[in-house]
Amino acid sequence: MLTADIKIEYDAQSQTLTLIITGEIDHHSVGRLREQADRELAVRRPKELVIDVSGVTFMDSSGLGFILGRYGKAEPLGATTTVKGASPLIHRILRLSGADTFVKVLK
Amino acid sequence: MKNKPVNQMRLEIESKSINEGFARYAVSAFAAQLDPTIEELADLRCAVSEAVTNAIIHGYRGTSGTVYITAKYYEDRTVKIKVADKGVGIEDIKQAMQPLFTTDPSGERGGMGFAVMQSFTDKLAVRSKPGKGTTVTMTKKFAPRD
Ligand SMILES: Nc1ncnc2c1ncn2[C@@H]1O[C@H](COP(=O)(O)OP(=O)(O)OP(=O)(O)O)[C@@H](O)[C@H]1O
Ligand SMILES: [Mg+2]
Repeated sequence: MLTADIKIEYDAQSQTLTLIITGEIDHHSVGRLREQADRELAVRRPKELVIDVSGVTFMDSSGLGFILGRYGKAEPLGATTTVKGASPLIHRILRLSGADTFVKVLK
Repeated sequence: MKNKPVNQMRLEIESKSINEGFARYAVSAFAAQLDPTIEELADLRCAVSEAVTNAIIHGYRGTSGTVYITAKYYEDRTVKIKVADKGVGIEDIKQAMQPLFTTDPSGERGGMGFAVMQSFTDKLAVRSKPGKGTTVTMTKKFAPRD
């Protein structure tokens, strides 16, 4: 319950890599998410990165760091980053940091 | 806020990241006695998570230590939470509290923890002494309910 899971989807046609995260993103859970996400990013080299957080029940600044860090890896590949399914709380954290100016945030 | 709390709790945890989830739920379960809204409780949980995580990552730098947490609430529905460590302390508190400021070299931290605590509670106070440790005090007043 107090941990996070990640599921990966890749659409070859649109070269979209989707990271579907569920559970609680904090400093404890984020390490494993990061490892898996970065492995996929390196292998797929997508043109679009989607981070689906609609199943995320808790996130703090460690989750923000995860999103910013993945954006930092996707951007040099020429990929855009979208955060999908952001709850009001996640939205607030993204806005507070100004992250919403370089990642697209969808409800 | 009156001087005498209606109820209080004290919690000591080891500085292990697995305790971050436990700590934020323990504090929010305590504060839930005031029957706040789900949003108010979620805000509090997030703020507590920030403070506890900072104590573990920055205060103790991943070494073992104890994080001291107290929570009190008052007649007027104010909750006061203290998170303290006996870690390395903060040299320049003002600078540390600036949004986007981080001393983390990994590029995986946004330097937004204090900004989140500030935005998700009503009042944030930080006391710290290099070599002695850091105490973060947060207060949040829940809206009246009937
Ligand atoms: N308990 C603490 N002990 C020592 N230093 C601290 C403590 N809490 C915070 N700091 C210092 O203050 C800085 C800012 O903290 P803040 O939580 O705002 O950002 P962060 O932890 O670096 O990144 P983020 O919280 O976004 O993951 C930290 O980088 C650290 O240098
Ligand atoms: Mg922090």
